[in-house]
Amino acid sequence: MSSIPRDQWYVAAYGREIGQEPFGRTVCGEPILFWRTRAGTVTAMSDRCVHRRFPLSQAPSRVVDDQVVCGYHGFTYGADGGCVAVPGQTRVPRTARLTSYPAMEQDSFVWVWIGDPAKADAASIPRAPWLVSPEYTTVSGMEPLKARFGLLVDNLLDLSHETYLHGGYIGTPEVASTPITTEVDEQAGIVYVSRHMDDAECPPFYAKSTGLTGRIMRWQDIEYTPPCLYKLHSRIAPPGVLPNGDGSDPDAFHVEVVYAITPETEHTTHDFWAVARDFALDDQGVSDFLAEQNRTVVLQDVAALDVLEQVIATEPPGYQELSINIDTGGLAARRMLARQSTGGRV
Amino acid sequence: MTGMAPHRMLTGREVLRVVWLPGSDLLEGTCHCGATQVAEGPIEVWEWLLAHPVGHTAQSMTEAAR
Repeated sequence: MSSIPRDQWYVAAYGREIGQEPFGRTVCGEPILFWRTRAGTVTAMSDRCVHRRFPLSQAPSRVVDDQVVCGYHGFTYGADGGCVAVPGQTRVPRTARLTSYPAMEQDSFVWVWIGDPAKADAASIPRAPWLVSPEYTTVSGMEPLKARFGLLVDNLLDLSHETYLHGGYIGTPEVASTPITTEVDEQAGIVYVSRHMDDAECPPFYAKSTGLTGRIMRWQDIEYTPPCLYKLHSRIAPPGVLPNGDGSDPDAFHVEVVYAITPETEHTTHDFWAVARDFALDDQGVSDFLAEQNRTVVLQDVAALDVLEQVIATEPPGYQELSINIDTGGLAARRMLARQSTGGRV
Repeated sequence: MTGMAPHRMLTGREVLRVVWLPGSDLLEGTCHCGATQVAEGPIEVWEWLLAHPVGHTAQSMTEAAR
């Protein structure tokens, strides 16, 4: 039984990764070919030629005039996946068609629907508008994870690990020692975890990017919409500085940390990360610093979770875990994912 | 180190809420109907919350009040 929910939207790539060249990426165990038409639309279809299964993302396969030509025997497909030419004969077999996938480009991501295409509703794709807002500056990347996606969900839903795994970067003692508040909206499919530190040490990640020194207010508000999109609304302010009654918050620094957690296979994951800030918008030094710092933090998670995957994969079924208060949000996320992976039957 | 627990964050009709009670190791679960239960850990609090709403979704509560 797969733990990967189907009939769901997943981030497959950044839009900038997809051009008029074949691009292959495996999502939820399905090898998918992406390319961009001359009109700019991203297409998504099976990355296996129907003839002898040669990957269409593999050179010398190529895109010519909005058609992809298999680099092995020349089978040629249109943007809808339909085969338009085969070598040496005029008749194209009726069954020569690549499975196509609903795809949507939004908020800098390319989303792809994994499951029954008839159920795909692009309006249900969760939003991360900061990533393309002119009021924010964003740095982003993606790291491959040799671990099941659920381990990354656990990791991101419980940020107390920052104190230990990311000390000297984003972790300070207050993260692990501050209680959380958790909310779940089953119908909307949201897990929300809030940790408000009103008197905390400022970690280097924020000290060097905001210029704040000494003690700070640090609020972490996680909004996770399983299975894929995770948003950490991070608010940094001098002690005692609160948002105004009307919701405006001009004296605080806001960082939107966005992750897209996309299973590649049952035991590997694409770890997309982005950091959007509403300050120092044109300061390339701050962009470079935050990109390097966040990538380092992500790689610390990757190293830890790669090890954890090996441990879990080699343990006998039914191993015991121990959950404590810090896991309140993570347990809610696990349950929601379990419901999604069984089509709601939990 | 920390202030009061944040105000309610999600705006849906059937939000389940768990507050880590300040100064303690206890968790207080609040069902969308307003009922509360204090527990010693997250597994217990979720078991209670997920069992409690049976039969009184926000819709059925509204109907019952008529």
